[in-house]
Amino acid sequence: MNHTRRNFLKFAGLTAAGLCVASAGGVMAAGAGATYKEGAQALKAKRWGMVIDSKKVGTKEAIDVLAKACHDVHNVPNIPGKQNIMWIWAAGFEQAFDQPNNFMDEGLEKRQFPILCNHCTNAPCVRVCPTQATYKRPDGIVAMDYHRCIGCRYCMAGCPFGARSFNFMEPRLHLDVTKLNKDFPTRMRGVVEKCNFCVERLAQGKQPACVEVSNGAVVYGDLSDPNSEIRKILREHYTIRRKPSLGTEPSVYYII
Amino acid sequence: MLEKALKGSPKYYMWVGFLLLVILGTSGFYIMQLMEGLTITGMSRDVSWGFYIAQFTYLVGLAASGVMIVLPYYFHHYKKFKDLVIFGEFMAIAAVVMCLGFIVVDIGQPQRMLNVVLFPTPNSILFWDMLVLNGYLILNVLVGWTCLEADRQGLPHPKWSHTLAYVSIIWAFSIHTVTAFLYQGLPGRHYWLTAILAARFLASAFCSGPAILLLVIMLTEKVTTFKANVEGLATLAKIITYAMCVNVFFFLLEVFTAFYSGIPGHTHSIVYLFKGVHGHHELVPFMWTAVVLGLGSLCLLIPPKLRDNMKLLPWSLAILVIATWIDKGLGLLIGGFNPTPFETIAPYWPTGKELMISLMIYATGALVVTILFKIATEVKQEIGASQKPAVE
Repeated sequence: MNHTRRNFLKFAGLTAAGLCVASAGGVMAAGAGATYKEGAQALKAKRWGMVIDSKKVGTKEAIDVLAKACHDVHNVPNIPGKQNIMWIWAAGFEQAFDQPNNFMDEGLEKRQFPILCNHCTNAPCVRVCPTQATYKRPDGIVAMDYHRCIGCRYCMAGCPFGARSFNFMEPRLHLDVTKLNKDFPTRMRGVVEKCNFCVERLAQGKQPACVEVSNGAVVYGDLSDPNSEIRKILREHYTIRRKPSLGTEPSVYYII
Repeated sequence: MLEKALKGSPKYYMWVGFLLLVILGTSGFYIMQLMEGLTITGMSRDVSWGFYIAQFTYLVGLAASGVMIVLPYYFHHYKKFKDLVIFGEFMAIAAVVMCLGFIVVDIGQPQRMLNVVLFPTPNSILFWDMLVLNGYLILNVLVGWTCLEADRQGLPHPKWSHTLAYVSIIWAFSIHTVTAFLYQGLPGRHYWLTAILAARFLASAFCSGPAILLLVIMLTEKVTTFKANVEGLATLAKIITYAMCVNVFFFLLEVFTAFYSGIPGHTHSIVYLFKGVHGHHELVPFMWTAVVLGLGSLCLLIPPKLRDNMKLLPWSLAILVIATWIDKGLGLLIGGFNPTPFETIAPYWPTGKELMISLMIYATGALVVTILFKIATEVKQEIGASQKPAVE
């Protein structure tokens, strides 16, 4: 009697453990590989980066053009109030660069700067994410898996650039569903999102949306290639990055 | 022993019923949050953690209440704490339950919570916090329950429970350190980015936690036959006093570093909290209340004559609790997010719904404390340990 009960319990225990492992494995397999299929003409780089010529795109109106292109292509809603979602937007010099100057030249004082995720080399958001929903791609892009994010918002506390937005509410309520870009997913409530450096467009061989509409004011390229156009521009102009002292190594440069 | 929680006086039933009603009533707001999202809170793009995470942080301190009793008892064989140990451990259980509750209500996709376990990520401090908090919960359940059961049967405590008690003492320090690490390792949040934050968390926990515990024990004495060892209570009050002195001292270290160096990053948050900037003074009255009450509690706790006055002590402890709550449950979070990365001020205030959901968790914690303390006091009564003298 005892023997059979013992054997039964052993069997039941092993089965339960096996089921746990199997289902966990299944979940992990489903979670992995959440990347876009790359076409033959996909743009590739060892480290993607961006240079923004703030002299060419230095007004709120000009930056709104970039923001509209980006937000349209990524189905980013515009939510009135303090719970808005923003991937790219305009900010003044002091807001953007943390370098107060009492006697700034007039042009710079009034100039606006496009602000977006910096795709840092040492990204604090990647470091703090407890589920690897935010992760670093080999090409330097800080990407997100919206299906894995638990919405703890640790990445928002970790990001020193305020680049991240949380879907406090159902984002589709603030989207015109007739004008959605069907090639890019909408998000659900309760997850964080941010600029993705247009990974989905790179995979199709296209430049990022903001670059496309910037008339050359925003240049995108491979920072690791000394012969790339972006490196040429960086060689020829004085550029700065946001909050370099924090050591996150942003990949977005600004021509002042 | 659980059956002891089922039988009680009408007053006990009424209190438990009241707590259940509160939980039931307020859970409606949580369901609302589940359906609409965290938009029902006062949180924003800039202040992305709010009241929930602040309460979580404060209650990690309450979880430490136990260790200030358990440590002297096990490490220094301070026998006067013998009958208090179980209350410390049971309070820790309730505190960790509330901590976990506040985390669950704060996350945007709670049904995906297990992703933290399915994709273990050691570089995230949140992963470690999950480990140490759950570990501390299990340790206290195991040690507390086993020792109480052994007491009840008149048996010596099993040896392994001693070993686990030692582990839990060290573990208690880890929960504060790791919780502080959640904050102090973030670049760009200057108010948190300070090496002394973990030490401040420990000091604040070791005064506020035992203070709440002492208040609850005094209340327990009022409603049960339990009578704590007076000398033991006085020692606990002394421990609270030392910890509060250290807590205030550590904060003053922050103030010196910020204002003598004059580095804006270090001063901004403190100026916002205590003076206000850009026309925002939301927290100023609270922070100064904390200062007055904190110093007031020290004035009432440092002189032995006042501290040993058991009539005055509850009031001294209550104002200490309020002061530390404002500092850690309000100022730390909002001051950490302000000024924002854009050097602006984003005022935050919890909404009514947010407070109701918090109440749900506090009521759950109170229910856990009630049931566990009921069991503990009944066992003490059964074995005649630390009882009030029988009234003729």
